[in-house]
Amino acid sequence: MPHRLLKFALSPDYPESRMFRAPPRLGDRYDVVIIGGGGHGLAAAYYLARDYGITNVAVLEKDYIGAGGTGRNTAIVRSNYLTPEGAAFYQTSLELFQDLSRDLDYNLFYSERGHFTLAHSPASLRTQRWRAEVNKHLGIDSRVVTPDFIKECVPELDLSCGGHQAPIYGALYHPPGAIARHDAVAWAYARGADERGVEIHQNVSVTDIDVRDGQVVGVQTDQGYIATNKVLSAVAGWTTSITEMVDLRTPLVIYPLQALVSEPLKPFLNHIVVSASLHLYVSQSTRGELVGGASLDPYELISMRSTLDFAEGLAGHMLDLFPCWSQVNVVRQWGGLCDMTPDFSPIMGTTPIEGFYIDAGWGTWGFKATPVSGLTMAHTVATDADHPLIRPFHLQRFSNFQLVGEKGAASVGH
Amino acid sequence: MKLVPCPVNGLRPLQEFHFGGEVRDMPDGEAVSDAEWADYVFHRRGEGAVKREWWYHVPSGVWFIAERDNRTDEFVRSYLYEENGDG
Repeated sequence: MPHRLLKFALSPDYPESRMFRAPPRLGDRYDVVIIGGGGHGLAAAYYLARDYGITNVAVLEKDYIGAGGTGRNTAIVRSNYLTPEGAAFYQTSLELFQDLSRDLDYNLFYSERGHFTLAHSPASLRTQRWRAEVNKHLGIDSRVVTPDFIKECVPELDLSCGGHQAPIYGALYHPPGAIARHDAVAWAYARGADERGVEIHQNVSVTDIDVRDGQVVGVQTDQGYIATNKVLSAVAGWTTSITEMVDLRTPLVIYPLQALVSEPLKPFLNHIVVSASLHLYVSQSTRGELVGGASLDPYELISMRSTLDFAEGLAGHMLDLFPCWSQVNVVRQWGGLCDMTPDFSPIMGTTPIEGFYIDAGWGTWGFKATPVSGLTMAHTVATDADHPLIRPFHLQRFSNFQLVGEKGAASVGH
Repeated sequence: MKLVPCPVNGLRPLQEFHFGGEVRDMPDGEAVSDAEWADYVFHRRGEGAVKREWWYHVPSGVWFIAERDNRTDEFVRSYLYEENGDG
């Protein structure tokens, strides 16, 4: 980085070139078309180019880069999941994240904070202990801690919850838990893919997918037809509109998930604090804002609207834990779409349609999986064989009853 | 505040309701293949549309059917199961 900075300072050209090109028009044919210019789609494009030399690739984004779930999550990275399949997958992702700023030569503000999942009852503490033991067995840094330890790390936290909620009995503590600048992850992958020849097309909508004799042959967009034999759908919350085009049945239903940020404050909250009972998770961003999220909205909706009910509910629960925040202003709130699966694990890999690959079911757990999803989907698309890490997440599991019940997933009631 | 039209109690706040998912016909478990049964158990029609959905008004214990556009969140109409015998 210092070298780049020095070069930049001495260069007569200003400003620095853009992160990625804006190709003037769509080509007629690509080896791979990736639908969705979020973190997952762009990461897949990057690894396709870097690891497999496949560069005749178009990423089609109907809005702008990172406009969907990528820029709407609460940017938490962790791997303290409960199933061996999930834990291995998310642990790989966390390890990729730890080195990602260097790999992509872009500051992602990756910041290890330590992640607390608070227990408000002895029963809840028992579940946390179960998770800790499973995590330890799988080689993941995770343990149960006492209220004293929590108070030492987060002195502002009211362990009694002001008497409004059940008090805190302990927590699951996951030291590698981290936050990152989520939109930068998308930009950095976009730049890396672009440098290797991938074309990124923003404001292009896919209107249909051309399938003949069970094989993908092309994609219809609002800016013309593209011939291709491989299509990767990486659109998370919009997946059901894509699978409808190829008549693929999935268990996905779409629910909104909402989040908010406060005005920036002097840094004081070093950790990520989650309470499953209060449906709350909160951390302080590098800019000083408190970033908070809640549980899913209570019913299906394919809309990114946000509601006052949510802001009131979340603020109330924040004050149960942190009464000293009562004068803090909320400056922004928003909603994102979650494509929920019945077992809280993603749907990844090949499909019964030849040349149609799916990266979906990202519900409330997609951001932390960005690097590993890109890596494994690139492998799957390039070799036409599911990567070993994602085999348990194949769509087929809903036909042969082999679900991967992931109760370590965020912000879902269980 | 979001209001939900209950056929018995009229417009009531969302907090009084529980969402029960899309109305679906259950096939005869003995008569269908494993694949068809799995399709019924797991697969859903997740795309945007006006759908017939089960809703439950918790305080009065009323299950009813509402037709709602799940893209705009507009309720078209709601009625009791018995009032529309095709289930």
